[in-house]
Amino acid sequence: MARLTIKGVSKSFGASHAVRDVSLDVEDGELVCLLGPSGSGKSTLLRMIGGFEAPTAGNILIDAKDVTSMPPEKRPTGMVFQSHALWTHMDVFNNVAFGLKLRSLPKAEIRERAEQALALVGLADYGKRMTTQLSGGQQQRVALARSLVLEPKILLLDEPFASLDQHLRERLREEVRDIQQRLGITTLFVTHGQDEALALADRIVVMRDGRTEQIGPPDRIYREPETEFVAGFIGSMNFVRTTVKDGLSQHAAFAVPVPVADGDVVLAVRPEALSLAVTRDKATAVVHRSIDFGTHKVVDIDLADGARVKVMTSSDSDWIKGMPVEAAATAFRVFRDNRLVYEFAATSRRQNDRVFGHA
Amino acid sequence: MMPGKPAVADADWIGVVLALLLTLFIALPLIVVGTWAFSEIWRYPAVIPQQFGLRYWSLTLSRTDVWEALFLSLRLATTVTILSAVICLPAAYAFARMTFPGRNILFLSFLASHAFPKFGLLVAIAGIFLQIGLISTFWGVVLIQLVGTLMLMIWIPVAAFQNVDRRMEEAARDAGAAPLRVFWSITLPQAAPTIVAAVLLTFVATFYETEGAWLIGAPEIRTMPVLMVTFINNQIVVQYGAVLSVMLWVPSFIALMFARRVVGTGTFAKGLGA
Repeated sequence: MARLTIKGVSKSFGASHAVRDVSLDVEDGELVCLLGPSGSGKSTLLRMIGGFEAPTAGNILIDAKDVTSMPPEKRPTGMVFQSHALWTHMDVFNNVAFGLKLRSLPKAEIRERAEQALALVGLADYGKRMTTQLSGGQQQRVALARSLVLEPKILLLDEPFASLDQHLRERLREEVRDIQQRLGITTLFVTHGQDEALALADRIVVMRDGRTEQIGPPDRIYREPETEFVAGFIGSMNFVRTTVKDGLSQHAAFAVPVPVADGDVVLAVRPEALSLAVTRDKATAVVHRSIDFGTHKVVDIDLADGARVKVMTSSDSDWIKGMPVEAAATAFRVFRDNRLVYEFAATSRRQNDRVFGHA
Repeated sequence: MMPGKPAVADADWIGVVLALLLTLFIALPLIVVGTWAFSEIWRYPAVIPQQFGLRYWSLTLSRTDVWEALFLSLRLATTVTILSAVICLPAAYAFARMTFPGRNILFLSFLASHAFPKFGLLVAIAGIFLQIGLISTFWGVVLIQLVGTLMLMIWIPVAAFQNVDRRMEEAARDAGAAPLRVFWSITLPQAAPTIVAAVLLTFVATFYETEGAWLIGAPEIRTMPVLMVTFINNQIVVQYGAVLSVMLWVPSFIALMFARRVVGTGTFAKGLGA
């Protein structure tokens, strides 16, 4: 099967840099999500792999073969576009069969393979329909079949479900994951939805301003974010600005030891890493409101400096607006200038706390 | 009236009245001309002709100059339309999809031929044609009518090509089609309905074009509209003009029917920017 190697790829449009010096290795059969806000360069990177944009620097290799200067029609990649980009003047069957016809295969084989591909995406009897007669989800399935039928070495998906509703999106991404694993096809998936990335990916590449912020499996991206941006982009995160003096945070509510050089830092604490206790004398916060999610409650508390912090508590606890409380962090990470400088985890698998770099 | 839907019903009535007025406005002159073509005697106070008949049809159709003019008009319109398509469609694609120096000025220059009083322009061109011996020739008229079609045949296809989704073309590249194949299999079929509309409009407009044909073509080249003008000018009998006018409806009627079948009204309107 196929390995994708991206070596120091950059892309600039005039003076603006869409992608800056990105390197990435995608293993055979791996599903990698490119995750980032709009304008982070993730789509541009995908389009460079597909051959629709030429990199201004760097190389793209598929199975150790340099494809950087190859046009899209020569590359062993298959792309599914956000707008599905089905050809509206052809019926479903011909959309899927178009690429096979270009390869001048025998008619019977074209028919067989196109029908197989349609069956794979659950649209076995839809060949005669025009694409405009299909629903949004069906159209995206046809687009997927159109790419898969050519047996690409690398499958590229550019926010394929962005225009679908939540329910359909969840169903389709599970189907895509199933098909991808069944075929064992190396896949790159661009999305700006963190839930999509967490649900699908073997590895996530978090991008921002054309650079990779962090590359890692979903659980590491979630539990061990290496930058403040990643910490805030994935999942729910509380940021508390504080000043460190003599190894101690000067924040009233989070006067925790932080063994780094004096100066301003940001404490990042997950809502589930906070515990809440009612207290009369040591109150550092008041309850603002509590939302019941059934399995758990999320309590918003207001700190003395005006910051609002989310705390996840058990569903059988009761919190009333105005209640004086004290919050304690069981785990937190400390960032300075977007870089991780210290992590503390009282109950994590790794018992020791760690200091990073020359903080 | 159904309770609960008065607003909709009101709006509908206004629409119906407007449509009726518009139809009347367009159709009434046509009906009058149509009636003239089939009447032998129709004197002032009567609303309906005193005597119907096909006498003037047989009189008109038995004239050889009418038949000559009809075939000449068809040949002219076909030649001009084909030439116009051959010149304009590639140009339209270039305007829609490529950037080159002077693109915008060149694009606007096609509008310029319609921005000035046309007759003055025609007289000037007639002067030049006189010098180079194109006056009163088939190809002279072709040239002058070609100029008139350029704007329509550039602007509408440009819009058609621009409306083709780039992602569709990229998807075809992705599936393995080289750029030329993408153009034939994706871009052209996608733009086709609008381009067909532009070609039909060009044909009909050329068929009816009078000023250029008259100024450049006279006296040898006499197209149907030119013949109609001479008939009306030289004869007191209204019926000759009316019969020719009804005959002239035929090609545009066929063209419109064909356009409706090929295009459907929605795409037609979209191609014209509605």
